[in-house]
Amino acid sequence: MMLDRRDFVRQILADRGDLLVVSGLGSPTYDAAAAGDHPLNFYLWGAMGGTAMIGLGLALARPDRRVAVLTGDGDMLMGLGSLATIGVKRPRNLAVVVLDNAHYGETGMQASATSFGVDLVATALACRFRQARAASRIADAADVRQLLHRGEGPILVSARIDDADVPRVLPLRDGHAIKQRFIEALNCRPG
Amino acid sequence: MHTPTPIDTSWPDAIYAQFQRVGIRQVGYVPDAGHSRLIALCQADPGIADVVLTTEEEGVGLVAGAALGGQRAALLMQSSGVGNCINMFSLLRNCGFGCVVLVTMRGEFGEFNPWQVPMGTITEDVLRLAGFLTYRVESADDVDDIVGAGCDMAYEGDLPVAILLAQRLIGRKQWTK
Repeated sequence: MMLDRRDFVRQILADRGDLLVVSGLGSPTYDAAAAGDHPLNFYLWGAMGGTAMIGLGLALARPDRRVAVLTGDGDMLMGLGSLATIGVKRPRNLAVVVLDNAHYGETGMQASATSFGVDLVATALACRFRQARAASRIADAADVRQLLHRGEGPILVSARIDDADVPRVLPLRDGHAIKQRFIEALNCRPG
Repeated sequence: MHTPTPIDTSWPDAIYAQFQRVGIRQVGYVPDAGHSRLIALCQADPGIADVVLTTEEEGVGLVAGAALGGQRAALLMQSSGVGNCINMFSLLRNCGFGCVVLVTMRGEFGEFNPWQVPMGTITEDVLRLAGFLTYRVESADDVDDIVGAGCDMAYEGDLPVAILLAQRLIGRKQWTK
């Protein structure tokens, strides 16, 4: 049983409130946009391997807010060391959701390390994450959503999504505009 | 601006004082002997989150995340680490994140280890190609002024600024140490 990525992301971002979201390049950015464009989405279109670290910098800067990193297995594997870096600081307000289809979806569906059994959940726990789990049923989405809003971080969720090719939903691509919109929204909202 | 000239071994204190002046709240680093005193000063400061990185490119993401959250972040690395960051630097340029990167130089003046030379000799060129303003500090007397100017350009102007701390300033690394 595998997850439909769009359904899963839509459900974990439902009624998101003040949640801050950083999305990794490629499909996770399209998934975040498909769930509903939001000024508190920081969409990446590059910087592969850096998504979780952006989440860490943001979580440390804003301990009063919840931060969700939404990324793919390829991006997380490229930045695997950042799990150790996060595990040193252990921010309670940070959750990393890896949308794991075990493949590089943007480049022709080549297998990634997770398709050979490399285990991101075990890696996160070994790196001192307070919680890490897999999710493979759509019924898990409600629990994952709760983790994003109230779980004690750092948290990693490996969401086992299917490898279906879904239509691209393209959000803003101008990095300056994405940044400026995010900063203005964060500073204008109460909290 | 004129401040007392630091004695030769206290130039990291001048950098730390500039961090305090401009309100640096996060410092990411991969350790280098030349940065050890500055790292210790940052670790001892409850107002600064010190973040030990597994590779220098992680620091570029940290800087971006800090800025999104309204905080200023600086990075400390040695020249070899600059090479690890090249693609990630595009994040600074694409989004206009300001940042100061303090680079302790290896592979130059009196270097004992030839393996440090290839990256050390291209460090400043690489930074320029990646869009950084670069400044070199050769003398302890210049640390305060150049780091202060670099911080102002980085954080008031949202520009990436790299300050190269020359091996002659840091002192030659001894083979026996």
